[in-house]
Parts: sequence; structure tokens; C-alpha cells
Amino acid sequence: MKFGRVLIGLGALITAGAAGAFAYAWKPEIAPINPPERASFDQALIEHGAKLAAVGNCTACHTNPGGKSFAGGLTLPTPFGTIYSSNITPDPETGIGTWSQAAFQRAMRDGIGRKGEHLYPAFPYDHFTIVSDDDNRALYAFLMTRQPVKATPPPNELSFPLNVRLVLAGWKMLFFKDGAYQADASQSEQWNRGAYLVNGLGHCGACHTPRNSLGAEKASLHLAGGEAEGWSAFALDGLSPAPVVWDKDSLFTYLRQGWHPDHGVANGPMGEVTGNLGLLPDSDIRAMATYVASVMGEPSADRRAKSEKLLQEVKSGLITSATSNDQSASSGGKGAAIYQAACAVCHENGRPQPFGGLDLRLSSTVHAPDPQNAINMVLYGLPAASGRTSAIMPGFADVLANDQLNDLLGYLRQHFTDEPAWADVVKRAADTRTGKYHVSIRPSDGIERGPSNIGAEDQ
Amino acid sequence: MKLNVNGSTHEVDADPATPLLYVLRNDLELNAAKFGCGLGQCGACTVMVDGKAIFSCLTPILLLEGREIKTVEGLGTIDNPGPMQQAFIEEQAAQCGYCIPGMMMRAQALLQSKPDASDAEIQTTLEPNLCRCGTHMRILKAVRRARELMKTAAATPASGGRKI
Repeated sequence: MKFGRVLIGLGALITAGAAGAFAYAWKPEIAPINPPERASFDQALIEHGAKLAAVGNCTACHTNPGGKSFAGGLTLPTPFGTIYSSNITPDPETGIGTWSQAAFQRAMRDGIGRKGEHLYPAFPYDHFTIVSDDDNRALYAFLMTRQPVKATPPPNELSFPLNVRLVLAGWKMLFFKDGAYQADASQSEQWNRGAYLVNGLGHCGACHTPRNSLGAEKASLHLAGGEAEGWSAFALDGLSPAPVVWDKDSLFTYLRQGWHPDHGVANGPMGEVTGNLGLLPDSDIRAMATYVASVMGEPSADRRAKSEKLLQEVKSGLITSATSNDQSASSGGKGAAIYQAACAVCHENGRPQPFGGLDLRLSSTVHAPDPQNAINMVLYGLPAASGRTSAIMPGFADVLANDQLNDLLGYLRQHFTDEPAWADVVKRAADTRTGKYHVSIRPSDGIERGPSNIGAEDQ
Repeated sequence: MKLNVNGSTHEVDADPATPLLYVLRNDLELNAAKFGCGLGQCGACTVMVDGKAIFSCLTPILLLEGREIKTVEGLGTIDNPGPMQQAFIEEQAAQCGYCIPGMMMRAQALLQSKPDASDAEIQTTLEPNLCRCGTHMRILKAVRRARELMKTAAATPASGGRKI
């Protein structure tokens, strides 16, 4: 009978555990409301919310390119399956029209939908949790006064057990810490403001921090470099690949205008980020720059000296690129010839940023640990923005075969950096072209031009 | 080196780093593709390589060994214009005409790979090609016409070019 009792005990334990977990996991519904009238919101609050929504880059995920603003439905490929962004217009049936302020606040703070369902962390509530109640009120006012759109996103394509939202309770238990921003008293007000924006609404870490196998940001590697929409999001800590060291002034300039003479133009998904930051006052951009500069820390004396020497060389106009008799590359100089014939016409013509080609000695992309951004740039370039002057670069996808691309990148790496050769260019390029590795292509105004995946050849 | 242009092989005596555009115009005397900006920003130099539209001003010939290059001259002749050429004539799409060969080649590449390309796709695809005269509406109309003519041509391959 002893055995039986153990069994019963075990059963009870499991039941209790499951009940406890369920109690933890279960969240109540918040009663629906009638969509609030526009007049119920203060105009200044709505306008403040617009700026905050820009910092949060809400539109990037919640608007399908070419579709209605905030109506959702954008495909978000993840290692776990495909998630479709939700409709956050105030439509009562398909959007968040029936969400009260409290329901919105709970979604931002705790990652829980109005009906009590756990939200997938593709919605970065691990960052938004620190957003203040006041800012959430402004965001709510802004979103609830948008044009309501009737649109239901396609159902998520996630396999079991990830398609059961209750599982997210476990994920949260492991990786999610809720709570509003706690100021660090040892730091300046400006630094704290920057940390609040960068780690909160700005959710910079969603792209710039590496993730673990369960898709959570590795807390110990805060801003150490991650991935976004098929692009490497460079390290913003001491591992930054920028050949010229960043400081708070250059970060400010870059975030303010979307480019910097010593670093080039924000491209890939970052183009949209800097575009959105245009709504923020200088003081907030400066605060973000101050915080990021502190994460980067002081560069070593050696690194600073190298950076200064490089800058001096570049400014004095010493171009050290290939000549037609530069046959030193292991590829027999073919990469050098391609660079000279196809790239140098822009990248060495001395036209200043942002419209001239960047002197590749300054390029973080060419100095990066992996070749993905270089592959993306060479294949697809930087498409023109609509209706205004913008930096552009033609793409070479239809000109360069993968081995020729490999020759070219091999040369760039060898000639413009002291970094080791990239090993996996051909395979990465092939996967990028077929769409197996999804890359979103955006011009410098940040609006995605590829309807779903510009890299996929069959589309 | 050898270049395959419009279906025939040419032995070209040029530096491998020479942009294709110069070889086409100066060595092969195929003057349809134009020099516009030399930076891949205007599209006047657009030709097709292996069925895809590329900027010939930025493409050194060393990349083109064994690949099929096509220019406007390869789409038909004056007496027997191809559907794309026919459509541009019928719609009188050219004003100064400088951008037209590039427009035609980019449109040809699109319609060859996608015969039923939508009007919106045509417009998006032609975005890299600039026209300073402002004949965009006629150009788009011509490409839509070419879309129909190409289907007719494909359906009756033996009939050759259309008579005006």
C-alpha cells in the first residue's frame, strides 16, 4: 500500500502544482468599454502620444507596408513560427476599441491582452513594462483617436505547445520582470531619461541584444549586438564594430539626422528608427545618446588612437583602395577589380555623406563580425525614398553571382579592415537570395519596399 | 574576352574592368543604352543580363563571361519591331527619348518573368528609371500595351512582328 500512497501523494502534488501554475497563469478579463470619443482626450495628450508612438516605432510592426496605419497583419517570422501583428486601431471588433485605459496599461506593463490572454513577447512588453503610467495614458489617447480599421490578422502559425498562450506564463516566470522604470540615483537626470527611452519604449535591445534559445534577451549581454529582420543590429557596448569610436555627440548627430559623416547612413530597419525619432525634441535624443555612450564605455587608449589616426587619414583624403594591379587578394585580385569597377565610382568620389558613398574604411558593416549586412547592402542596396531626396545605393543582386560577391567581400574585408575573412559568404548569400533567410529591404525613409520578402526569387 | 550580346558572341578587346555600357556603345556600336549619371541612379543605361534588368554603367564586363546580354537592339528591328518596341511606337511614349531604352529593358525583364504583372507592379518596377521630360503616363501606358502585345506575340509565334 505504501507504493499506492506515494502515487496518490505524487498525484496530489502534480494537481496542486498545476493548479498553482494555472492560478499564476490565469488572468482575468477586463470589461469591454464603448470606444471613447475623441473629445474625451486632451489634444495635447494625443500629440504627446504621437511622439511616444514614434519612439516605440509601433507602426513598424503594426502596419503592413502599403496597408492602413496600425491595422496590423504584418508577418513576423520568428525561430518558433510566424506571428502576425495585431490590429491596434480603435475598431471595436477587430482592434482595441473596447480596451479601457486599464486594459491598455496592463498590456504594456504585464503583456496581457484585454481578455486576460498572455501576449507573445514579439510585442516587446519586456521593454514596455518600464513605461510610465503618464506615458501610457498619452499612448492610449493617441491610439484610440486613430482611424478605426476593420481588419483581422491571419492566425499565428506556431506549433504545439507554443500555440497555447498559457505556455507564455512559464516564459514570463523565467524571463520577464515587470515594473515601471526605477531611476538610478547615482546617474544624472539626462542619463536616466536616456535609459528610460532606450530600454523602455525605444526597445533598442529588442534588436541590439542577443537572444537565448527561447527567444528572450540575454540579460547579461545587454546591447551586445543582435539581429533584426535579417540584419545584424550591431553591438552598442564595448564591442561596437565602428572603426571610428562613437561618443555621445556623434550618437546624437546620428540619431538626430539618420547619418553621420564618420559612420554613414542608417539603413535596414534602423532607417525607420531614426526617421521616427525625428518627432522627438533634441533633449530626448541627447539623453538617449548619453545613455548609449555610457553603455559603450570609454574605448581603450589603443582603440582611440587607431580611430583618430583613421579619421585623420580619411579627412586628409588618402585613399588606399585597389588599383588595377592590386593582385594581392587570395582570389587573384578579382574582388579588387570588381570593387574598382563597380563600387569605387561612388565610394571613392569624395562626395560627402549622406549622398556620397561612404569611404569603406569607416564602414561598421565591413568591420562587422558577420557578413550579413554587407551581403544585404551589396545585393539590394538602399532603395530611394519616396517623394524626397534620400541616400541611395543600387543593388547588385542581378549582376553578381555568389562567388563573385564572395570575391568582392573578401577584398573589402582584407583591404579596408584588420579583421579576419568572413567564412560563410556564399551560403549566407544563397539563403538570402532564396528567402530562406528573410531580409526586409527598406529605403532610408524606412518604409519597406518588399511586399513580403524582396529576397525571395519566386515572388 | 567573349561577350554574348543579343544572341551572338563578340570577341571584345577591352580592359575587364570596363563597364559594359562603354563596351556596348564604343566597341559594339550598340547605342541604345545611354550614359546618364554613371552611378546607377538614373536607369538610362539599363540592359538585360540573363533576363534581369541591370545598370550597365556599373557592371564591369569581367562579371559577364558566359552570360546573355540583351539590349533594345535585341528586341526587334525597325522593319520588324518586337512587342515592347511596337507598344512604345503606338503609344508615342518618347519625348526626348533618352530614358526610353532603359525603360523598355526594365519593362521587358519584368514582363518576360511575369507576363501578367499588375499595373502597380509595373510602376514599382520602373521606379529606378528616371524620366526628366515627364512622360511617365505614356511610358506606363506603353508598357501596359506591351503586356498585351507580348501575349499576342506569344500566342502566334510564327506571325512575326505586327504591321502598323
